[in-house]
Amino acid sequence: MLALVRSGAEGEGFVPPSTKDFELPPIFGENPYTTKPIFLVFLSVILISVFFIAASRKAAIVPSKLQFAGESVYAFVRNDLAKDVIGHEFLRFVPYLFTLFTFILVNNLFGIIPLIQFPTMSHVGFAYVLAMFTFFVFHYVGVRKHGLYKYIKEIMFMPGVPKAAYILITPLEILTFFLVRPLTLSLRLFANMFAGHLLLLVFILGGEHLAQGAIGLKLVSPFAFGIGIVLTFFEFMVQCLQAYIFTLLTALYIAGALADEH
Amino acid sequence: MNKLNFAAEAEKLNPLIPHTAEIIVGAVAFSLLFFVLRSKVVPMFEKAFTARTEAIQGGIERAEKAQLEAQRALTQYNDQLSKAREEAQTLREEARVQGVSIVEELRAKAQEEAARITAAAHASIEAERQQAVTSLRNEVGALAVELASKIVGEALDDQARQSRIVDRFLDDLEKSK
Repeated sequence: MLALVRSGAEGEGFVPPSTKDFELPPIFGENPYTTKPIFLVFLSVILISVFFIAASRKAAIVPSKLQFAGESVYAFVRNDLAKDVIGHEFLRFVPYLFTLFTFILVNNLFGIIPLIQFPTMSHVGFAYVLAMFTFFVFHYVGVRKHGLYKYIKEIMFMPGVPKAAYILITPLEILTFFLVRPLTLSLRLFANMFAGHLLLLVFILGGEHLAQGAIGLKLVSPFAFGIGIVLTFFEFMVQCLQAYIFTLLTALYIAGALADEH
Repeated sequence: MNKLNFAAEAEKLNPLIPHTAEIIVGAVAFSLLFFVLRSKVVPMFEKAFTARTEAIQGGIERAEKAQLEAQRALTQYNDQLSKAREEAQTLREEARVQGVSIVEELRAKAQEEAARITAAAHASIEAERQQAVTSLRNEVGALAVELASKIVGEALDDQARQSRIVDRFLDDLEKSK
């Protein structure tokens, strides 16, 4: 699929992968809603829904293998992320965190699943959306818990800080809460997926290109593919880790908004 | 011109500029997934967790209850058993005593019976003897008289005649029998 998209790869020597490789044209005409990442997002929604509905349908005390698999993921988000971080009010945030984790994880894993091989989150729009949701969720939770005035006041004037320090701390806090947090959340996820995919492209397309070259280059090409395979495993780790980090930070922000003092 | 195009293209391909379509689709898809998981999956998993916790706790409680019940039943059975043993002991004692008395009674009865039978036998033997004596006495008397008359009737002069007479008498006796 990528080969179709890549232009000018023939006859001009090796063209290193660039941001162009992420711009996949619409599959049906000019309609921007028919690009590969958009189909992948819907595919992920269908896959996750079908899997977890099938796994949870019986809700048996003694779980089947399928239920056990689904439950393990759910219990991981519920107990290790939500419960440990947020505390006694965690249960009402579990659906959101669970959705977040599974959605990001599956869309990231698309990056190394054969034939799909495109991490949806390497398109920054999706990462922005998720960060935006988290942004609204944790501010909403904070306002609901403390009231708008007290919540804003505690963000702007951290309790227990000498008054003079507010000159420095207040702008930083405002920046942190309203700009840095959503931006870092989305960019961290996006950049990891983007860079990972680029890295895989470099080694796999490079290996392909070397295999077509002179005899000396042909000998090097297996090493490029080998590194590509190693990096695929590495990417798998990064993809899982990023899903975990995004969810963990969301839980931390929610916990912070719920706490009595920021 | 070329440069401009390149700049425009670079602008267009800035990976930090999101596509509108992707923002909309991302929001819709994520919300969709959220509602599906919240309404269909999370409640079911929570239900399973609760059921499991309850099953474990309930199981422990039930086990404790059952153990108490078993303990109670055991004590009860032991009580009953010892009671039954005592009862059996009493019954055995009674039976033994009763048996002894029955044997004693029977023995006395048997002795009595034996004594009675012996006495009856003695009586009947005595009566028969008496009768025999009486009849013998009568017969012997008659025979003596008869013999005497015969002896007296014939002259008892010689030894040979005497013995003949006695022989004849005995023969007669023999015949008359």
